[in-house]
Amino acid sequence: MTQAELSDPRQLEPLVEADNGSNWREYFSFSTDHKVIGIQYLVTSFVFYLIGGVLAELVRTELATPQVDFVSRETYNALFTIHATIMIFLWIIPTLTGGFGNFLIPLMIGARDMAFPRLNAIAFWMIPPAGILLLCSFFVGPASAGWTSYPPLSLTVNKAGEAIWIAGVIVLGTSSIMAGLNFVVTILKMRIPSMPIKKMPLFCWAMLATSALQLTATPVLTGAMILLGFDLLVGTAFFNPTGGGDPIVYQHMFWFYSHPAVYIMILPAFGMISEILPVHARKPIFGYLAIAYSSIAISFLGLIVWAHHMFTSGTPDWLRMFFMIATMVIAVPTGIKVFSWVATIWGGKLRLNSAMLFAIGFVSMFVVGGLSGIMVASVPFDIHVHDTYFIVAHLHYVLFGGSVFGIYAGMYHWFPKITGRLLDETWGKIHFALTFVGFNLTFLPMHVLGLQGMNRRVAEYDPKFATINMICTIGSYILAVSTIPFVINAIWSWSKGKIAGDNPWNALTLEWLTTSPPPVENFHVDPVLTTGPYDYGYEEEEEALVS
Amino acid sequence: MKVPSTITALVVGITLTLASLWIGQNHGLMPVSASFEAKKIDDLFNAMMAISAGLFFIVQGAILYSVFFFRRRPGDDTDAAPIEGNVPLEILWTAVPTVIVMWLAVYSFDVYKAVDGGNAIGSNHMAHQHAPTMASMPGSAMAAAMPSGGSLFSNPLAAPPISSGDNAAQEPLVVNVQGLQYAWIMTYPETGIVSGELRLPQNRPVRLNISANDVIHAFWVPEFRLKQDAIPGQETHLSFTPNRIGTYPLICAELCGAYHGGMNTRVIVQSPEEYQAWEESQKTVATKDPVTVAALIHDEAMASQVKAMGFGSDHSVMNHLRHEAISMAEVVQIAQSL
Amino acid sequence: MQGSIADQSSIDLTHSEAAAPAAASQHAEHPDLRLFGFILFLTSESMLFLGLFVAYLTFRSVATSWPPAGTPDLELLLPGINTVILLSSSLVIHKADDAVKANDIAGMRRWFLITMAMGITFLAGQLYEYAHLEFGLKTNLFSSTFYVLTGFHGLHVMVGVILMSIVLWRSRTPGHYSSEKHFGVEAAEIYWHFVDVIWVLLFLLLYIL
Ligand code: HEA
Ligand code: HEA
Ligand code: CUA
Ligand SMILES: [Cu+2]
Repeated sequence: MTQAELSDPRQLEPLVEADNGSNWREYFSFSTDHKVIGIQYLVTSFVFYLIGGVLAELVRTELATPQVDFVSRETYNALFTIHATIMIFLWIIPTLTGGFGNFLIPLMIGARDMAFPRLNAIAFWMIPPAGILLLCSFFVGPASAGWTSYPPLSLTVNKAGEAIWIAGVIVLGTSSIMAGLNFVVTILKMRIPSMPIKKMPLFCWAMLATSALQLTATPVLTGAMILLGFDLLVGTAFFNPTGGGDPIVYQHMFWFYSHPAVYIMILPAFGMISEILPVHARKPIFGYLAIAYSSIAISFLGLIVWAHHMFTSGTPDWLRMFFMIATMVIAVPTGIKVFSWVATIWGGKLRLNSAMLFAIGFVSMFVVGGLSGIMVASVPFDIHVHDTYFIVAHLHYVLFGGSVFGIYAGMYHWFPKITGRLLDETWGKIHFALTFVGFNLTFLPMHVLGLQGMNRRVAEYDPKFATINMICTIGSYILAVSTIPFVINAIWSWSKGKIAGDNPWNALTLEWLTTSPPPVENFHVDPVLTTGPYDYGYEEEEEALVS
Repeated sequence: MKVPSTITALVVGITLTLASLWIGQNHGLMPVSASFEAKKIDDLFNAMMAISAGLFFIVQGAILYSVFFFRRRPGDDTDAAPIEGNVPLEILWTAVPTVIVMWLAVYSFDVYKAVDGGNAIGSNHMAHQHAPTMASMPGSAMAAAMPSGGSLFSNPLAAPPISSGDNAAQEPLVVNVQGLQYAWIMTYPETGIVSGELRLPQNRPVRLNISANDVIHAFWVPEFRLKQDAIPGQETHLSFTPNRIGTYPLICAELCGAYHGGMNTRVIVQSPEEYQAWEESQKTVATKDPVTVAALIHDEAMASQVKAMGFGSDHSVMNHLRHEAISMAEVVQIAQSL
Repeated sequence: MQGSIADQSSIDLTHSEAAAPAAASQHAEHPDLRLFGFILFLTSESMLFLGLFVAYLTFRSVATSWPPAGTPDLELLLPGINTVILLSSSLVIHKADDAVKANDIAGMRRWFLITMAMGITFLAGQLYEYAHLEFGLKTNLFSSTFYVLTGFHGLHVMVGVILMSIVLWRSRTPGHYSSEKHFGVEAAEIYWHFVDVIWVLLFLLLYIL
């Protein structure tokens, strides 16, 4: 490891920077430093996560009993609608692309910043207003037609809230397009000359695939929102049957974005896992190229499967069959990733710290969600479980067991680089244990609910489902509690944690080459590649040969 | 260590397969099946459960094994052996999933054909719909070609299309199902019966013409494993054959407003005789002297109650209405006009 | 370590290629990057239009009669003229590009002015057409799509005109644009061509088909 020669001269720098509060005001300013923006994203969206989580807890509390006794039916619909909107548009997408993408991509490719720093800052500053606007809609009665907001229903309830929702989604979508554009240019054009595309870290590949989706899919959502907005506010009838419109067209436009969106929400996590596993397994990633290309394959396939959300919408048979097959094919590239990850830890020397635990947890939980995904891709079966809790289970296994586990893994892994200090391991492990138990307790039973006949988006349900729902609710409380150790740990460690040093995990990728936290232009001099991103174990081999 | 390892691998493999197959058959996750279609869908689900269980065990097993046996020994700061890949292995885990999903697609396709044979929500029906629908897009030609194209995929596991059942001869019983916030109204065109719940004779094919008059709803009977959106402005269809006597929930599965959760009623599958009897009784109701009907319509109290309860979300109202089957439609109108 | 810090000598073009000091408020990216970024932006934009076009085609294909019975026919003359104007304006703006490449800033400004004039004429014509159509935004599905699509395109024409006026404004300072350095001019031109192509598709969809 060439690490030593770097650390000596600049060891003290980060401490100085970190300890004098590194002028915290900067984090509330229109900074164009990709690292500042990255942190802005991470913190902002985590706050929204807590809010979205609280909404979820309200949902679960209502569902603790079969009767409508905690909130009114109207409020309930608003709760899960805003819950989902926040979780997707203000938590997962901003954290994964905006947060980790911004902080890591330039560091990983040895660049000094993103290609368009100001565009980058603008993209971030579109998010807080949109989020606050969305939350304010609670004062006027928020959107209550589900995060899918199907017309004609969405045109009839809480017009004001729905209008705000549409505006919010358009703004957030635009922000996401800007970010995607920035990443494509940065990754393709700003790598240090000694880094050919096939030597760049897998997270960069994942972000490239993600950004492609953001660029191509998101505008179509904007289009749908514009038309929906006209129907809602002007009174046109694009999607309104009374007036000759066709509500199904909306569903196609919405899902043309929102299926790719689910890959926007998982591909960066895939990338982070591909970074974290090799480092803590002290072993090269298994099948670098296969993983890299499978990201591209997933993002392409992701664009041609949207109608699997509409198997009961009266879509023609040939369409359903096409989308069923296309959807199932996605199991192949994803399988390649999963198996490669397992092969990566197999025979390694695993460092089972919090980052690694969440990374491994990600693989095992995501597989469950993926398998249920393949099941619902099968049309005849989906006709039974569509719009039931089986779907709710599926989506939380991939979104929480996948995306959120991935985010936590990333936070434990890169926190030292971001802040210069390590997160506390004991609390980290407690956090993992609670999350893992709470998560499965909450969402595993939902599969049964769905199969047995409990439909989603209902505040009242058949008493025969009472026990299982109670289990889910208890689980969700554990899940809520599990967040608290993390929040405390993060706040405490940020200022008081153990000093990390430049490369605490002694990892190979470039972000670990510079100081923690990195200086304003990342590298005092441009790095030059000497090895691949995951060449662990070769030094030992050489030593073995020598002796 | 070498020789036994192959044996252990073999043993593990066999137990894995057996366990998966057992789970596939004995998960007991589905509710009772009350239609011919349900059986086929359950077989499909069982197959998928078995496959998923297998994959689940393999992946989780490998993970747990690594976690326990490939930990870093304390004090050992060296790296592990650098293995970058293994082409045969990678080909294997690309090929196997490919084969599995292709098989699954073909199987699902056949089940789908058997279940509704491009008939239930099929575009070939949409084509001659008065109302516009996605289905009459250029593709409907292909859709028509579908069944024939389907025969390419012949699959041992596929069940025969239901039309070739013992009840092939029978005329399907047609029922018009209309969804509205927040109730289901069933109209039997042949007899002119209007009812708030769906009564069906056992073992007779049923064909539902599903429509909605406000927002999107979805007709779902878990015991039939069948679901179809009721879409305003366009009619959709569902064909099946109930084969088990009993009373099952009819659930609205598509979010349709505040009382979406209350928009349920019952499906009652009866023996043909009982069904006949019911039909007769309703017919008499249908020709009942208009007095009671009038009385009902002018029953302000109930009408307001109807409104208060969001109509249909309260079962007492529904039950009350069921007795006055004929007046259903009118009461609905009242409920809406209020 | 994947990389190691190179001695100063190896600070080659990466430096100029990478974004300038983030701290500096005013920073200049490499033109290539901006052009690349701009093209990506247009790809994204075209996806937006594509979505709307496909929606239109779907509405059309599912409708029993299109445009719905009772829709007054569209007058073809004015839009035809408009189309000609807009198309030829693409040639004009290209002249501006030639001019700037030849370091002839005055020429560039002249051609830009002409293009802007044509663009404004187009918009005026569009408004005139709106004013004289017998159907309104809410008459029926066709009229709604008609107004939304053309209006949305008109918005882009306006943006194009604004872009050009910005370029003109900047070009006052001598040396702001030169044969080597003229991203603004190029961007405005590309954008204008893009708006043009969209219009052709729109015209075919709405008037001819
Ligand atoms: C991170 C988000 C995410 C991800 C990654 C996925 C991944 C997948 N999803 Fe999911 N999905 C959602 C988020 C996500 N989904 C959400 C939010 C909804 C609900 C939307 C709403 O209605 O509110 C949804 C709904 C949804 C539906 C609609 C259900 C319905 O409403 O009726 C379908 C149907 O096909 C589906 C399928 C799939 C498939 C096939 C995958 C595949 O990508 C999974 C691939 C992975 C694996 C298969 C596991 C690993 C592979 C192996 C171990 C190899 C071997 C495996 C086999 C051979 C099978 N999803
Ligand atoms: C990334 C996406 C994401 C995430 C992370 C979650 C997280 C959770 N979701 Fe979410 N959910 C969705 C996306 C997500 N959900 C989507 C897309 C839908 C579909 C919506 C629709 O149908 O339209 C949905 C719907 C949905 C439903 C179905 C509603 C219905 O159909 O009627 C339910 C019900 O249980 C639910 C529950 C939960 C729970 C318990 C969590 C838990 O994981 C949350 C854990 C709790 C916390 C993280 C909060 C912790 C913090 C505190 C308690 C405050 C403490 C304060 C401090 C520490 C300062 N969700
Ligand atoms: Cu009707 Cu839900
Ligand atoms: Cu999907």
